[in-house]
Amino acid sequence: MSSSQPIRYAHIGCGAGFAGDRPDAAVALVEALAERDGARYLFFELLAERTLAEAQLRKLEDPALGYATHLFAFLEPIVESCLAHGIPIITNGGAANPVAAAQRLRQQLKRQGLDAKIACVMGDDLGGELGEEPGDRAAIADWLPADCPLEEIVSCNVYIGAEAVTQALHDGADIVIGGRLADPSMAVGALCHAHGWAADDWQHLAVATAAGHLLECGTQITGGYFADARRKTVTDLANLGCPIAEVGSDASLVITKTPGSGGCVTEQTVKEQLLYEVHDPAAYLTPDVTLDVSRARLETLGPDRVAIHDVHGHPAPATLKGNLGLRGLWFGEAGISYAGPDAVERAQLALEILRQRLGARLPQLRPHFDLIGVASLFNDGSGEWLEKRLREAPAVEDVRLRLGIVDRDRTAIDLALQELEALYLNGPAGGGGVRRQLSESLRTRSFLIARERVMPFVSWQ
Amino acid sequence: MTNQDVLLADFAHARAGDKGNTLNVAIFTFESRHYAWLEQHLSEAAVASRFSHRHPQKITRYCLPHLDGMNFVIEGALEGGVNQSATLDRHGKSLSYLLLGMRLPPPDG
Repeated sequence: MSSSQPIRYAHIGCGAGFAGDRPDAAVALVEALAERDGARYLFFELLAERTLAEAQLRKLEDPALGYATHLFAFLEPIVESCLAHGIPIITNGGAANPVAAAQRLRQQLKRQGLDAKIACVMGDDLGGELGEEPGDRAAIADWLPADCPLEEIVSCNVYIGAEAVTQALHDGADIVIGGRLADPSMAVGALCHAHGWAADDWQHLAVATAAGHLLECGTQITGGYFADARRKTVTDLANLGCPIAEVGSDASLVITKTPGSGGCVTEQTVKEQLLYEVHDPAAYLTPDVTLDVSRARLETLGPDRVAIHDVHGHPAPATLKGNLGLRGLWFGEAGISYAGPDAVERAQLALEILRQRLGARLPQLRPHFDLIGVASLFNDGSGEWLEKRLREAPAVEDVRLRLGIVDRDRTAIDLALQELEALYLNGPAGGGGVRRQLSESLRTRSFLIARERVMPFVSWQ
Repeated sequence: MTNQDVLLADFAHARAGDKGNTLNVAIFTFESRHYAWLEQHLSEAAVASRFSHRHPQKITRYCLPHLDGMNFVIEGALEGGVNQSATLDRHGKSLSYLLLGMRLPPPDG
């Protein structure tokens, strides 16, 4: 273990934690990274469970689309600066079509008089292995869930790990665009490149994965999704800083953020993010490693600087997780509001009218009713929580009746939403502000596949 | 519940996350000295009762004493989850505050 070599540090910034994030946030981050010594990387996490299925539908409509809708809103403000300072960019915003994203980026850079080595990480999309005809699918893809409605599949992607990212960076990529790269794997790829860590070096991969996991939701570790008016105050939420991980060749890990920005990095923000979307803390499964944070400790090193100690790694799982995107469901919502004296009682009356009408005319639907202002976010499909809250006689004078329905029958949902709108004329006094929306509700279904069946690779554009 | 019961949100902070129809809520005491109290009172049964209207299939508590916290994995609590729920908050992001709204017997001292 002993070594006379000095510790080298890699600096990884995350410029976006989801596709709807602030597109300007990474500008200050890149300025901060540019001032640091050592290897520096920037990544953008732009996919969620269903985003890929939506992207696949866009690709089906237009083969030049299918990458994350706002990918270029994130890239444009920073790409020139990253190229100038030698900061590689890594993103999974290629979504269903990394090659199309790379080609558009190439054209845009050309117009700016810039050139870059752009690598696409491919191999996560198994849609091509499913065959053209739904009838062929079960025979070809024996890893599909047995009861999966084959004709409804629109996308099929496997969460792939860091190795191809590392390879692309090793071969000189300035920009790495992938599809269903696992969120933390973007940071793992960068760190394996920076420190030469091997793909079966579980302890180092655990530290790298912890870094990626802590960064992958962007400002969720710098005060976002955290602030509370009384108990957890955060300054300047309008200008939250992007997070930066400093990871040493000695496997030390420190989380900090863009200097001069809003927000905070504290043991509290780090704890909350460390367990975010984690189930068993001793076995967080990723394509790269099984991460164990069950004994993790935190240490405050200074303002907005928190170190994470004692994370452990175990061998990566033998299987990879995949997600199927499925069509077939529709989601409709509508609402009408009541305010002033007896608003709750009028909204309740409206709910009862609507329940009666839907029960008689569309009995096959399972409508979900909320009274926003009384019970909505915590409510349930049977309305148990709503009944409990109503018994407590809440003192509220501004209430919105909300109807939500998920079903296969788009027409029936539309008729149900019409019933809510009809409360304008047929419901209690003073009902206003009806809005309704109805859209396709893509859903996902996860599956496991032996990792030997998935072959990620780098494609240069 | 008694008049002396305290609001959990005054002693702990929490964050919710989702995977499919499974919710996880990680909760941490503001002060280390309250962790044992939290572990004593915020049992799987207590959380099951709080989430009973969501009819969870299974609740698992993972204790993280080094972090003064616990992680609750609540399966089947998201009305189908982001994929097929008709709720307003399909991810269940707000449900950390359902937990924090609980009232518990006060800690000693």
